[in-house]
Formats: sequence, C-alpha cells, structure tokens
Amino acid sequence: MLKITNLQKTFNPGTVNEKVALNGLNLHLNDGDFVTVIGGNGAGKSTLLNAISGVWKPDFGTVEIDGVDVSNMPEHKRAKFLGRVFQDPMKGTSPDMEIVENLSIAARRGTKRKLIWGIKKAERQQYRELLATLELGLEDRLTTKVGLLSGGQRQAVTLLMATLRRPKLLLLDEHTAALDPKTAAKVLDLTDKLVNENKLTTLMITHNMRDAIDHGNRLIMMHEGHVVVDISGEDKKKLTVEDLLGLFAKASGKEFTDDKALLS
Amino acid sequence: MVFLNALPGAVAEGLIWGLMAIGVYVSYKILDIADLTVDGSICTGACVCAVMIAKGVPAWLSVIIAFVAGVITGIVTGLFHTALGIPSILAGILTQLILYSVNLTILSGKSLITVDARSNTLILNMIDNTGAIIAAGLIIAGVIVLLWMFFYTEVGLTLKSTGDNPDMSRAQGVNVDFNKVLGLAISNGIVALAGALLAQYKGSANINDGRGAIVIGLAAIFIGLSISTKIKPNLVVSLIGVIGGGIVYYIIYNFVILLGLKTDYLKMLSAIIVAVFLAVPYLKGKYFNKKKAVVPQSAGGDQNA
Repeated sequence: MLKITNLQKTFNPGTVNEKVALNGLNLHLNDGDFVTVIGGNGAGKSTLLNAISGVWKPDFGTVEIDGVDVSNMPEHKRAKFLGRVFQDPMKGTSPDMEIVENLSIAARRGTKRKLIWGIKKAERQQYRELLATLELGLEDRLTTKVGLLSGGQRQAVTLLMATLRRPKLLLLDEHTAALDPKTAAKVLDLTDKLVNENKLTTLMITHNMRDAIDHGNRLIMMHEGHVVVDISGEDKKKLTVEDLLGLFAKASGKEFTDDKALLS
Repeated sequence: MVFLNALPGAVAEGLIWGLMAIGVYVSYKILDIADLTVDGSICTGACVCAVMIAKGVPAWLSVIIAFVAGVITGIVTGLFHTALGIPSILAGILTQLILYSVNLTILSGKSLITVDARSNTLILNMIDNTGAIIAAGLIIAGVIVLLWMFFYTEVGLTLKSTGDNPDMSRAQGVNVDFNKVLGLAISNGIVALAGALLAQYKGSANINDGRGAIVIGLAAIFIGLSISTKIKPNLVVSLIGVIGGGIVYYIIYNFVILLGLKTDYLKMLSAIIVAVFLAVPYLKGKYFNKKKAVVPQSAGGDQNA
C-alpha cells in the first residue's frame, strides 16, 4: 500500500542549523496495516508524514502509494489517497464554516469540484447519522460553526473528515497530543473504531508508548531519520514499555528522551 | 435642507462604492488577502467603460468588458502571488502600479475622459438620481444572488475554506493557489464593474479615480458588518450590510462636506475611520476583556469532549 524507498531530507543544508531529518528511510506498509510510530525528539516522525503527504519534496528517494509514484505530485493532488489528522486540533477543520460544510468538502476529496451545489440534501442525513456515532451530540448541530467546538470535538470531526471518503492511507500525526487525557482516550477509541470498520491502512505517530503498544498490529521506532525497530504480530502484542526502552537504548546507544513521552 | 437635497446623490454613490466594497469583501474577508489591486482595477473599470462608450459601444456591453478587464487584473495579482511567490500585499501594489500605466494607455495619455449622458444611453447618471439608485440596486441584487449561489457550490465552498484554513483545504485536496487566483479575479471583476458604473454616474473617468478605494471599501465593510453580524452572520446579510456600509459612508462623507470640512482632508477621514474600526476590537481585547480571559475557551471532559 505504501512503499518508501531511501527517503532523504535535510533542512537548512549548508548552514549552522543543518538538520538531517530523514536519512535513507525505507518503509513498506501492507494493505490494512495499522502502524504506530514512536521515536525521540527530532527522530523524523512528523517529517516522515509530511514527506508522504507532500508538504515539501524530499531531497532523494521515492514515495509510492498503492502502486502510484507520488514523489512529484503536489500536496493537493496526493490528498486523493490520504486522510490526515494533525496534532493541532485547529489545523484540520475550517473554523468559520459549518460542520456540514466541512464534511461536504471532505466528502469530495480527490474529485474534480464543479459549479454544482456543494451540499446535497441526502448528504445532510448521512452526516447526521455519522455524527451520531461520535456520541458527542453533534448530530443536532450540523450548522454550527466548527470554531465553536472544543478541541476534542474538532479532532473527532477531523477524523470523520479524514475517513469520510475512504483513504488509501490514514496519517495521524500525534492527533491526541493536544487533548486532555480523558478526551485523548475517547478520540483514540474512535480512531480504533474507524480504522477497524473501514480496514484502513494507517500510520499513527504517538508520544505515548502505552498507546503505541495497545493500538495497531505493527510498531516502528524511529531514530535519527530512519527506522530502527520494526515489530509486528505476536511479538508486538507481548511488548512492554520496558522492552521498548531497552530496544531504543540498544538501537541508538542512548537513553530514550522525549519531553512529551508518557511512560505509564 | 441642503443635506436632504444631497441625500439621493449620496445614496446612489454609496451604492456604487458598496458594490466595490463587495469586491473587497471577497478578497479581504473570504480569501483573507488585503488586495491593493483594487485602487487600480476600479480605475481600469472606469477607463475601459468610458472609452468604450465614447467609441459608441453600448453601455451594457462596456460594463461587461470592464468587468472582464477587472478579472484580468485580479488574475495578474493572483499569479504574482501564487506562481511567483510574491507576498500578496506586494503583489497587489505591483499590479496597482502596472495598472496606472495601463489606465493611462487606455485613456490615450489623457488624464480624463468624459461620458456624456445626453448623447449616450447610459445605465445610470448623476442627473437622474432615482433612476441611478434603481439601476445600481438591481445590479447589486444580481451580484449578491450570484455570489450567494456561487459560495454554496462545490467550488465556492472550497474558496471559503481556502481563506479560512489553507492547511485543511490542501489536506482535503483543494488547489489553494488556483482558488486564490480565482477569488482575486472575482473580487477585481466586481471592483471594475463598480468602476464602470462610477464612470457613467459621474460622467467621466479620471486617471486618479480609485486612489484610496481599498480604504473606502474596508470602511464600508467595517461599518456594514458592525451592524449585520448582530442580525445574522451569514453571507447574504453580510453583503447587504456591506452595501449599507457604503451608503452610510457616503452620507457621512456628504455631511462632513456640508459641515465645511475641506475636501483635501477627506482621504484622511476615510483612513481614520478604517483605523478606528481596526483598532477598537484590538484595544477592547487588550484592555477590557480581562474577565473573559480567565474562563478557559474550551474545557475538556465529558461535556465538551
């Protein structure tokens, strides 16, 4: 489903701020894989997702989604394949537009937009039912401006938008990091539900080792711009946080450091 | 009494500037771009229309050609900004300067061209203010209906999201660059349309027409929205509010002239109105909102999650 070959990206090359963010990264995701991604500060996790979604072009290497080489495709064209949820709850929705307007834009991701009505009548009913599954009471607030919702509500709507039109690949960039623990747990449950129901191939960055172990069927750990640990199947199920810390120390020769990592 | 006599004229001119403010609304409020092209494109609209009419082209056709000319000026600014990476403010200033030369060329090097209402059939003119108000009102109603319909189409919705949240738009497959060009084209088309009406109303196109138009447009927007958002914050009400803002602006303008203010100071007055409208919300938030700041904007937990 996703095939990344020898991906390299250096920020600010030739300056004192030079930073090798991706250093020959290879990654191959099978159809239906739910991969959690962990790694210390500056390991290149977000850079990886940005490279896949086309925020900028890599210096070297290729990205293939579902057999299509998207390396030279601009961001808005790649969106056809991707569902994305960002860390910042403000980033994934249009605050000054109604919930139903946001959803209708997402429902047409990857299609040619025309000069026909942007929201059909049948859509409203469909969205109402989908919003009801969130159990946040949003089904009666279709015409509410998204900017009036809380961070958790916005993240839930963004998740819905990312999966409304089935993406080939779902990219979640620490999408619960900015939420309080209780809300984060709810959004994570919703993520599991949507991914399982739609059998979505998913790449989820998290700073929470516990979440990384509990969710998905595969776990990768990044360090200095490439994948250092890749565990799946039964091995992943048996994994503990201590194991992960040990694996990290072995792979990098350092203690695991992440100012946000929650170890419990 | 003098004031009442001036009122129909103020309303007619206010309507035309209100139409221009609707153009500014599309770029400033919807696309979130302060587009300075309008100072040039309103003049382009006026010049194109005046020259066409002088050449014997029917007034309605001249107005359409002026609209198309405005669309082109918007595309130029849009491409400066998106294709060439020039910051939007500067892109607008560059086009505005280009248009000064272009407008002079359109006027064949003259600084003024007259449109005679007696020898040409015009859509509106200063002699018949009632007729002008009706004509301008009908055109404005048409523009508002078309914009309202457009912003509920698939394309129109993404134009709104482009200004509101470009990151989200890109993630949803929206070509943000294309939308910015499209929005600036629509905006400047409407501005040039207003310019064309203005030239007919005043009976002339002047190379200096439109200097400070962006400021008048913003003033109309701020005055209008300060009222319309309290009624209903949707697009149609906002646009009607903007038209109202244009009329209020011109009534104040005429009133101030009657009070004996030298016309030299009028541009300064426009700028001060805009500055006040921009500064008041900022200062309010800074000095008078201390109580609100204590209440968290979005609390977590079951109720809000």
